[in-house]
Amino acid sequence: MKGNRAAVVREICQAYGRDRRRMMDIVRSVQQAFGCVPGDLMEAIAAETGTHRVEVESVVSFYAFLSGRPRGKVVIRLCSDVIDEMMGARPVAQAFAAELGIEPGQTTADGAIGLEWTPCIGMCDQAPAAMVNDVIVTELTGDKARDIARSLRKHLQPELLVRGYGDGNNAHPLVQAMVHNNIRRRGEVVLAPMLAGEALRKAVAMTPAEVIRDLNTARLRGRGGAGFPTGMKWSFTRRAAGERRYVICNADEGEPGTFKDRVILTECPDLVFEGMAIGGYAVGAAEGIVYLRAEYAYLRRYLESVLQARRERGLLGKGICGKAGFDFDIRIQMGAGAYVCGEETALISSCEGERGDPRNRPPFPAERGYLGQPTTVNNVETFCCVARILEKGPGWFVQMGSSGSPGTKLLSISGDCKVPGVYEVPFGIPVRDLLEMAGGGDAAAVQVGGPSGQMIGPAEFGRKICYDDLATGGALMVFGPERDLLWVVDKFMEFFVHESCGYCTPCRVGNVLLRRRLNEVRQGLGTAADLQYLQELGTTVKSASRCGLGQTSSHPILSTLKNFRHLYEARLKKVDDGMVATFDLRAAVAAAERLAGRSSAHSHAR
Amino acid sequence: MGDKIAFTIDGKEIQAEPGRTILVAAEEAGVYIPRLCAHRELRPHGSCRVCTVLVNGRPQAACTQPVAGGAVVENDTPQLLEIRRQIVEMLFVEGNHYCMFCEKSGNCELQALAYRFGITAPRFPYLFPERDVDATHPDIFIDRNRCVLCGRCVRASRDVDGKNVFQFVGRGPHKRIAVNAEANLADTDAAVTDKAIEVCPVGAILRKREGYRVPVGRRAYDTKPIGADIERTIAR
Repeated sequence: MKGNRAAVVREICQAYGRDRRRMMDIVRSVQQAFGCVPGDLMEAIAAETGTHRVEVESVVSFYAFLSGRPRGKVVIRLCSDVIDEMMGARPVAQAFAAELGIEPGQTTADGAIGLEWTPCIGMCDQAPAAMVNDVIVTELTGDKARDIARSLRKHLQPELLVRGYGDGNNAHPLVQAMVHNNIRRRGEVVLAPMLAGEALRKAVAMTPAEVIRDLNTARLRGRGGAGFPTGMKWSFTRRAAGERRYVICNADEGEPGTFKDRVILTECPDLVFEGMAIGGYAVGAAEGIVYLRAEYAYLRRYLESVLQARRERGLLGKGICGKAGFDFDIRIQMGAGAYVCGEETALISSCEGERGDPRNRPPFPAERGYLGQPTTVNNVETFCCVARILEKGPGWFVQMGSSGSPGTKLLSISGDCKVPGVYEVPFGIPVRDLLEMAGGGDAAAVQVGGPSGQMIGPAEFGRKICYDDLATGGALMVFGPERDLLWVVDKFMEFFVHESCGYCTPCRVGNVLLRRRLNEVRQGLGTAADLQYLQELGTTVKSASRCGLGQTSSHPILSTLKNFRHLYEARLKKVDDGMVATFDLRAAVAAAERLAGRSSAHSHAR
Repeated sequence: MGDKIAFTIDGKEIQAEPGRTILVAAEEAGVYIPRLCAHRELRPHGSCRVCTVLVNGRPQAACTQPVAGGAVVENDTPQLLEIRRQIVEMLFVEGNHYCMFCEKSGNCELQALAYRFGITAPRFPYLFPERDVDATHPDIFIDRNRCVLCGRCVRASRDVDGKNVFQFVGRGPHKRIAVNAEANLADTDAAVTDKAIEVCPVGAILRKREGYRVPVGRRAYDTKPIGADIERTIAR
């Protein structure tokens, strides 16, 4: 290795205290400097941080945005989620490919530009969208793609691609993104004006136990999807034995179709940080971490500036709000492209510089989380609710929403509707009303809660968004009558296969097998026995997988087998002749044909 | 130790030391819970899911789940046998397992589980992945075709040998075992005496020049099923 490469790596490692628990930052920085993290640099990083080369390789190879080989000075990551495809991502990809002379997954011969597919980047309301390094480009067309490719060839500067800034803070000098907020409906909890420090000052006038009591009185439950009572989580964290405590904000919004945290982080970061500081006070933590998904890296500098402004106003740092002994600060931890890191224990693994593997529970993070210390992990929106409850009181909060689910919920609505965007609505609202608001009245199906949620048809549009009926982290994907819903199911399974961490057998293997059989059925090769197979295998994956990803990964199939069974039945082989219908003779002999250099007459018969 | 914790497995009363996992507590009471990634000398991993049991009706991995007083654990039920069969079948189709000419045959835990569960052929289609073989080391070879990603070598090398020779790289279906070198085991400090080499449940990590040394009939699982050593303690 050349001396200067080693020197750069050494400098980067030193900036992070040569601490291998900061491996995410180290490898991200090394990749920034060299374009990738090849073997010699893994070796150098390992030597600097006192670990082994294979441990560094293990981390780098886990995250989609990290690479051991060069993938281009500029990498175009085109969003592959179902909504983006519906809005035309395929022709956009073809335009990029034609203009650059490469296929997705390849890099131009000069090593300048790479083209890749990437799962949902949180821009379904302005799809098709792509990331060009950290720069977001939205509402793409074939023409725009050709333009982008030509411009990049000239200057290789993604920031020059931004044409016109979006609304609100998207135009902030530290953001300068063409992203639009698309806020369609503001509620009183999250998307309402706030005075930084007001809620926090009220909180510190109370005891930590009183703060937690207020959250319990407000019956606040986690907004990320699982719905665990926030006050209970905080009181577990507070009571657990530990030297230090941590508050982590889960801003790894990766569920396809979800983009409400993007809008919160753009427009209400003060509310989020205020909620985190209140969390620090309530659980007795001095340190907070925002785990920000790599797709939202374009917001990082702005968020850092908001944190700095809060420090200057005494809302972060030492003796917050003049309260002696209340010290709390927040750092931003960048992710690197892994949906599973939205699972709280995987998120903690990632924060500690490891692969984003979920951990065995118990112990729960409230007992032993970040660095083995009591930790509370809450969703971006949950922290906003906390701040607002402290500002306005739990009595005010419980007047909104339904009795089992007080407050409001931010929903990301996208797909076949006229007005995609973010809606803050009271809990208890029926899906039908939402469709009306969003201009999706003729929907044939709605996916509630993203791929890990469930697909419902018109007969169920009267069901309500709340913890007791349709619980959701906030995604509603609308599908019109012309959509092939089994294609949608396949897209969801593609996502889970791509995002499984591979730790446990049922999720790693089961999802591959599910997707394969699903596609055989889609191709008309299935019989009733294959639906039974999907049902049984899907149930095993759901019950035997280790974390929430695997436990929900078969939902696309299981929920459509339940709610849209006729779509499967319509594709089944009409005559069940007792043969193994999914056996494809042609595919089975293909490899042998290739080796023999000729095709067999039988292989053309069915 | 403090007071024992009482719980039941399939209705049988069990007294366990506090802090024990369900798997170990069961084993100490002579109840075999099938497992693959778990190993007596290594920290629990919870990845293969073969030891899935129901704890108060909820699926949990027995190898990582601590015992809790009054818990009702189900282990030997048709529903769980079915889940375990499916998991073992998944492992078979995920790799390239050819028992008839594998040196590990008869001593292989994956094969033994299949026999115990009465699996004759997997219901799932073989995925026929392309996996590589590393025969660079003078005394050890790695055949990734047979790897079940149980992580025993990773844990043994790190926690027992103190070497970190093995680690997982990649993710999802692309996850595989890598070695602490550019590519070859020969370039690591792996030694044939390492615990990491001994603990592989399948034929993925083997000592060279030892294949077929034990004749058929005297191999680990030729005359008794896997788990019999644990169940035998019941009879005593």
